[in-house]
Amino acid sequence: MFKKFSPSTDIAGQTPPKSSVQRSIRAAVLQQWKIGPETLEEIWPKKDTLIHVKCREHISIYTIQSVPLFFQHFDGPFYPTLRLLYQYPFLLPKVGVDRGAIRFLLAGAPMMCPGLTSTGGYLPPPEEALPKGTVVAVHAEGKEHAVGVGITELGTEEMRRVNKDVAVEIVAHLGDDLWALQTL
Amino acid sequence: MSSSDQQEPQPVRPLQVIYCQICTFPPEYCEFGSSLTRCKEWLQGANSQLFDKYYSDEALQSKIGTLSLEAQAKLEKDTAKKEAKAEAKADAALKKKMASQVSIKRIERNKRKHVTAIHGLEAFDVDLKKASKFLAQKFATGASVTKNAQGLDEIVVQGDVSGDVLELIEGGAGPLKGVPADNVVIIEEKKKKTQE
Repeated sequence: MFKKFSPSTDIAGQTPPKSSVQRSIRAAVLQQWKIGPETLEEIWPKKDTLIHVKCREHISIYTIQSVPLFFQHFDGPFYPTLRLLYQYPFLLPKVGVDRGAIRFLLAGAPMMCPGLTSTGGYLPPPEEALPKGTVVAVHAEGKEHAVGVGITELGTEEMRRVNKDVAVEIVAHLGDDLWALQTL
Repeated sequence: MSSSDQQEPQPVRPLQVIYCQICTFPPEYCEFGSSLTRCKEWLQGANSQLFDKYYSDEALQSKIGTLSLEAQAKLEKDTAKKEAKAEAKADAALKKKMASQVSIKRIERNKRKHVTAIHGLEAFDVDLKKASKFLAQKFATGASVTKNAQGLDEIVVQGDVSGDVLELIEGGAGPLKGVPADNVVIIEEKKKKTQE
């Protein structure tokens, strides 16, 4: 999503949203991510106002004190920024990819099933199967830190069965233009 | 804060992540960037513990992981090629920067009024907005940043200040620092600048 993003041309406006909207965002974030309310309080204190940065193609980035924290496309699920994910790795469920796939992901390619089902990849076991449309952290074989944030196009059980085509659409990865933005 | 609330879960502390100063990635991903040799040098100097963790012999062995030997060799060759390409690009960009000129044009507006247009400051990492404010203050006239016909940004200062701007750039005042003096050139233009 942030393959080509330059703050000078792609930002339409920055406004603080209404507090009712802020409360609904807070509730949605608590529900979607594996986070407890006290930890969210650390990242986003009640007193601080969120700033809503509108970008092209209906992408909204939310920042606290000029640091981007999470973003969404249209009214879709909230994705944490990679930097936030590094600080709190438990936010999202993990899937793992093969070492050979890393360089393609870093160039922005979507994640294909074989990368997840091969020996180097990791998919959560059937008891914790993830449905289609879950926001996940994409980890790489042998690495501590996530390569990127994505959303599953197929359920994990389907991925194991079908083993073809796109498994996870990568929304943000290490080294994209969102990564380059430390403050907004 | 009531102390009777002992079941209240503690917030989880954020993990402190070290990022490579050279390529801004976490150090384990430096091998996928385009500056591996510089990154390794930096990491060795900055945090030798991490360096050993990632680049010691056992670490390199275990990293080969599930890839076959040819695949690993190919991967290494590709990354080396990418690094060489990135270095070449950086060199070319630097050379272009050295060769690029900052041109100061004096353009006629009315019969006795002029404007001064300054081109090419971008190549030297000058913040154009700050520079134009600085110039406007210095000369007590209007200055603005506009895009000209070629798509390049230029600073336009009202009045004929070309000589003074030349001195300022050579002196490297305020936001104009970083421009080497010999790259500056003055051009005279007899153009009828259209009024907006």
